[in-house]
Amino acid sequence: MDKVTRLASENQVVIFSKSSCCLCYAVKILFQELKANPEVHEIDQEPEGREMEKALLRLGCPAPVPAVFIGGKLVGSTNEVMSLHLSGQLAQLLKTPQPIS
Amino acid sequence: MNSTSTQFVSTRRMGLYDPIHQISIWEENFKNTCNLSASVSVPLIGEADVKLDNQSEDSSHGMLGIPRNYDQEANKSIEKIQRRLAQNREAARKSRLRKKAYVQQLESSRLKLIKLEQELDRARQQGSFIGCGLDSDNLAFAGSSNSGIATFEMEYGHWVEKQNRQICELRNALNAHTSDPELRILVDAIMNHYSDLFRMKSAAAKVDVFYVLFGMWKTTAERFFLWIGGFRPSELLKVIVPLIEPLTEQQRMDVYNLGQSCQQAEDALSQGRDRLQQILAETVAAGQLVDGTYIPQMANAMEKLEALVSFVNQADHLRQETLQQMFRILTIRQAARCLLALGEYFQRLRALSSLWANRPSEPPA
Repeated sequence: MDKVTRLASENQVVIFSKSSCCLCYAVKILFQELKANPEVHEIDQEPEGREMEKALLRLGCPAPVPAVFIGGKLVGSTNEVMSLHLSGQLAQLLKTPQPIS
Repeated sequence: MNSTSTQFVSTRRMGLYDPIHQISIWEENFKNTCNLSASVSVPLIGEADVKLDNQSEDSSHGMLGIPRNYDQEANKSIEKIQRRLAQNREAARKSRLRKKAYVQQLESSRLKLIKLEQELDRARQQGSFIGCGLDSDNLAFAGSSNSGIATFEMEYGHWVEKQNRQICELRNALNAHTSDPELRILVDAIMNHYSDLFRMKSAAAKVDVFYVLFGMWKTTAERFFLWIGGFRPSELLKVIVPLIEPLTEQQRMDVYNLGQSCQQAEDALSQGRDRLQQILAETVAAGQLVDGTYIPQMANAMEKLEALVSFVNQADHLRQETLQQMFRILTIRQAARCLLALGEYFQRLRALSSLWANRPSEPPA
């Protein structure tokens, strides 16, 4: 879906979330800790939220939310973010600005 | 008090149908069983030429003659009968209400009994060295959720036994200066064993997330350190790492960074969990708390509770990832010592729980 890919490229770090999802809240907190300034889209408050959810799943995200994009590329959901963080790769990714494709 | 029986011998001897007698039999039955439905058909005046007698009168003449006050007598008796029937209906109704109240009392006592048995089982398990299986007889009526947990408890018992064996093997191998490839085989086996535990926990969380969240299978001392259904990875790193010295400078830095990342991830999950608590509290308390009805709040709250399963799974994912990251940093020999230290640490916690549970009570001052 164009809207999702468009939004995902608008910022270095983009998080698709739902205001009611507490795992999304945890991921947002983590990125704030890392001083990442993510752009957050609460898709349960978007009129096209349903389509966005389906698009995120089609893009390969294991769960529709939270869906994290860095440099326009899909990183994944909570599991992937946590693994990247523990391996130190997340901090690396955030330090060097990724070219947005 | 059957004053009627002698009176009607004569009529019976005459072989004729006597409605009053019939009614009195029904009355007797009803008083005995209290079960007769209120709809008792009363064939009365249909029988021709039968005088409906007052109980105290001698009816031996009644069958043959047609008395003058037939209608009046009949009406009086009908009234009496109808009054008696109404009384019987009332008595039956009261009896049914009493029975209902008694059954309800039985039901609530039964529920209390189930709860007490469960508490007793939990209390028995605290301080036990290895988790013991639930007595499925006691909890059979609680349904499939307990069989899922009973399965977990049984499998956990086996898991601990195998863990103890593996720790022993590892200790022997390290003391015997076994070669690296052989050590690697042992290390991989133990890592797989931990993976098994996380798989078991994931299945149990689907059955009863609170069971996993509160670490119900763990011994008391282990449970003191509980964080979202298991050990806190960053704390564990702090305990274990000093025991696997010497480390290179690079390793020391990598381990330090791993600890920091772990801490940050734990904090983020903890805050998410706190937010879930807050949302749940708001959901349960929604609406006037004096309404007395709460079905919509319950439905919403049930939805929120589903999210708890994801948190437990995420915490377990963090534990697994931490272990795997450690082994990317360490050499195989260091990894073996790390796993030995980990296993030994939990064995000691379990032993502590057992000792604590069995400590002699203080003599009175």
